[in-house]
Amino acid sequence: MSDDNKETAGSTGPHEQGGRRERVIGTPSPAREKALLAEDDISAPAGVGEQLDERSAKRAERIVAAFFLLAFLASVVFIAYFIGWSGRDGGMHGVTDARETNFWLGGTMALAFLAMAVGVTIWVRRLMTSKPIVQERHELAADEASRAAFNRDFLEGAQDSGITKRPLLRRTLLLAAAPLGLAPLVLLRDLGPLPEKKLRHTFWGEAVKLAQAQGKKGVRLVVDGTNRPLKVSDFATPGSMITVLPEGIEEHLPEDQVLTQVAKAVTILINVPQEQFKPAKGRENWHVNGVVAYSKVCTHVGCPAALYEQTTHHILCPCHQSTFDATDAAKVIFGPAARPLPQLPLSVEDGYIIATSDYHEPIGPSFWERG
Amino acid sequence: MSEATAPKAVEAPLTFLDDRLGSTTFFKRNMKKVFPDHWSFMLGEIALYSFIILLLTGTFLTLWFKPSMGEVVYNGSYTHLRGVTMSEAYASTLHISFDVRGGLLMRQIHHWAAVLFMAAILAHMLRVFFTGAYRKPRELNWLIGIGMFTLGMLEGLFGYSLPDDLLSGTGLRITQGVAESIPVVGTYLYMFLFGGEFPGQDIVPRLYMLHILLIPGLLLGMVTAHMMIMWVQKHTAMPVKNQTEHQVYGYPFYPVFMAKTGAYFLFTFGVLALLGAFAQINPIWLFGPYDPGAISSGSQPDWYMGPLEGALRIMPNWEITALGHTLSLNVLIPALVPLGIIFGGAAAWPWVEAWVTGDRRHHHVNTRPRNAPVRTATGMAAVAFYGLLWLAGANDILADKFHISLFATTWFFRVMVFVGPFLAFIITKRICLGLQRKDADVIGHGVESGVIMMSPEGKFSERHEPARDEEKQVILSKENARLQPPARDARGIPAPGAKGPLGHLRARLNRAWTFDDIPVEEHGHGEQEEIEGGRTSQEISH
Repeated sequence: MSDDNKETAGSTGPHEQGGRRERVIGTPSPAREKALLAEDDISAPAGVGEQLDERSAKRAERIVAAFFLLAFLASVVFIAYFIGWSGRDGGMHGVTDARETNFWLGGTMALAFLAMAVGVTIWVRRLMTSKPIVQERHELAADEASRAAFNRDFLEGAQDSGITKRPLLRRTLLLAAAPLGLAPLVLLRDLGPLPEKKLRHTFWGEAVKLAQAQGKKGVRLVVDGTNRPLKVSDFATPGSMITVLPEGIEEHLPEDQVLTQVAKAVTILINVPQEQFKPAKGRENWHVNGVVAYSKVCTHVGCPAALYEQTTHHILCPCHQSTFDATDAAKVIFGPAARPLPQLPLSVEDGYIIATSDYHEPIGPSFWERG
Repeated sequence: MSEATAPKAVEAPLTFLDDRLGSTTFFKRNMKKVFPDHWSFMLGEIALYSFIILLLTGTFLTLWFKPSMGEVVYNGSYTHLRGVTMSEAYASTLHISFDVRGGLLMRQIHHWAAVLFMAAILAHMLRVFFTGAYRKPRELNWLIGIGMFTLGMLEGLFGYSLPDDLLSGTGLRITQGVAESIPVVGTYLYMFLFGGEFPGQDIVPRLYMLHILLIPGLLLGMVTAHMMIMWVQKHTAMPVKNQTEHQVYGYPFYPVFMAKTGAYFLFTFGVLALLGAFAQINPIWLFGPYDPGAISSGSQPDWYMGPLEGALRIMPNWEITALGHTLSLNVLIPALVPLGIIFGGAAAWPWVEAWVTGDRRHHHVNTRPRNAPVRTATGMAAVAFYGLLWLAGANDILADKFHISLFATTWFFRVMVFVGPFLAFIITKRICLGLQRKDADVIGHGVESGVIMMSPEGKFSERHEPARDEEKQVILSKENARLQPPARDARGIPAPGAKGPLGHLRARLNRAWTFDDIPVEEHGHGEQEEIEGGRTSQEISH
């Protein structure tokens, strides 16, 4: 900590003011005699400058001591509860125990802290006899002489070192330092893979290829969670939204990649009444009797667009309220998303709904290389 | 001093230290350091103590938390999630909550302390701004403060992302989407941050390192620098009696301030313990483990991320696709511009103000907000801007609770975020000037005494009495606008400071800063004496 309170000549440092205050140099000097209010209106301690009334001081002392005792008791209860009760019946486990323990430990802890805080506060306000004091504020800047001396020494040092006289040293040193500064950046390269084409396709593509290798037209859609493949007959009446994934996504992928691939492949299946359905150009055969599939990953910043309003056929992302029209190729109706949700081409095989290819465009949020 | 010697238990260690460090010189000098009093000076202390509590509770939590995204099947004591596959991070958070005694309490205190930390910093910054306490020589501490708030946002975001529950995973998903939108390097940044595609296996361990090591380390350094600078420069004082540019008045550090601030730490900890015990926060067991296909409606981040969230929500869906590239203005603008304006503007403000006013003096006594109307109004405009964005971050909740259409709510904020700051500026400035007028009136005419006087002619009037000395000193702390040399003199030659477009701009801004200033000063001597005396039955009728 630096020397901020250096005494100036004549000043005796922090000086106390008692009774009728001496005027301190620098204070404005209005007629203090005429002041309507008592001298000290600065808050706490209240006993300042006064001789404390011994009886009221004694009382304050007892009150403070009572609060400290309360704090002591609260801490003792904290420890006693912890050792004695919280571990009973095989220890604290489960919601009920946790709630009880939380109330006891938290309650006693709060009581201990607050009682101590109140005690100290009363102590300060009622019992401390310190008086307000005045301190000079000093110039922060060094004086002229010091600055000049520093400049002189600095330049002298630079001269002595030769850095001003020998530019070759200076330049080669800088040259030597420059690549060292870049080295840490290079070291960070293995933080992750390069994006390459990873953002352009999802597991649907791979799943369709696997299915086609087995002589099928495409991959079945299974319900997220139950893994039940969906049939056309499941959609007798227009209904709500179902979250689906490509069949076999968990079996075909290494365990540590499942979540990442699910995060991209997750798709919503909506049964739009056929008379209201307006298939986009070139996608006339991408739906099955109005059953249509869109990426669930919002094109704004990637939240799951998980809310579906059956009456208006709006898909809503609960994060930032981008709203898409399920009847009209998931076009954006409102909100910050700029692009429709990508659509997955569907077809039917053996009564099951299948996807015949991957999404034709990158799913999820926009990125620079998307184009 | 010679008659009293400290007890041995104090004396011995002090002597030990002094013999080796010469520390007694430092203690002697600083023991009685004066701290000026004002309730608002405690806001920063709340932030400091919240930070200490965060370090304490956070250290406790690290003893059990497992920063791993490896999948496990939960088999712990929270029965509703038994048999569910989840990450180790989430499972260990459940373990801390339901199987470690005091674990839930520490988790909740930790989260509440983070919320309070950010709120206290913001309140403290507003106090510093509105009283002009950032002015020379305190600009560095102002910048450090802005840095700490920004780091605090990251620290909070990373912290509440660690449990890997559904809500925090959604927050990470948004973070990822924002990172991806950055032009040119976005996808690289995204891949490098997550170690591959979202969510991958790396993000929680990486955030953990940032959350418990790097950012707290930086914050600790900044807190220390902040405190040391404050100590060296001495605290600013409110413009009240005994406080001048050359002296500071208040109670000594030892024992009064030390005891008061100690009590304040205990209060902060006590209140946070109370919240941790009785006010549930972030019940991650209700949200369930993260599932990239699932989400709950009404998802909200912690409050300090609210303005970013609001900006994302109300931004129109602008996106440019050209030359094989996509520029997501709908994400980029809300992510960078609003907080860029707030933080960038705040950081530049001390220098902008000094440039406009030409005031390069040291200031140790604060200004009353009314006495710097443009500053106060600008501050309120920023508050309105920030506040509206913050509210917009809850547009779905607002629409739901008040039964307003969601689209109408969004449009309201789209408009208000531009209109609101202007209104706030104008209204605040008017209020400031009105208060200046009132001050001028108190000084010029005195305060209403409530005593009705009847003159010999039968005329009634209220007697005005001079303001109390204390009050007068506060009011007269106002520095009236000094007359500026005109930008051009009579012969059309520009003043030295007003040359060139920049000088011209400065001159104009300077006029805007000062033109409607209302001088507050004591009137001519003769009249003043009479009012001051208050004994002569001087009547002032309006």
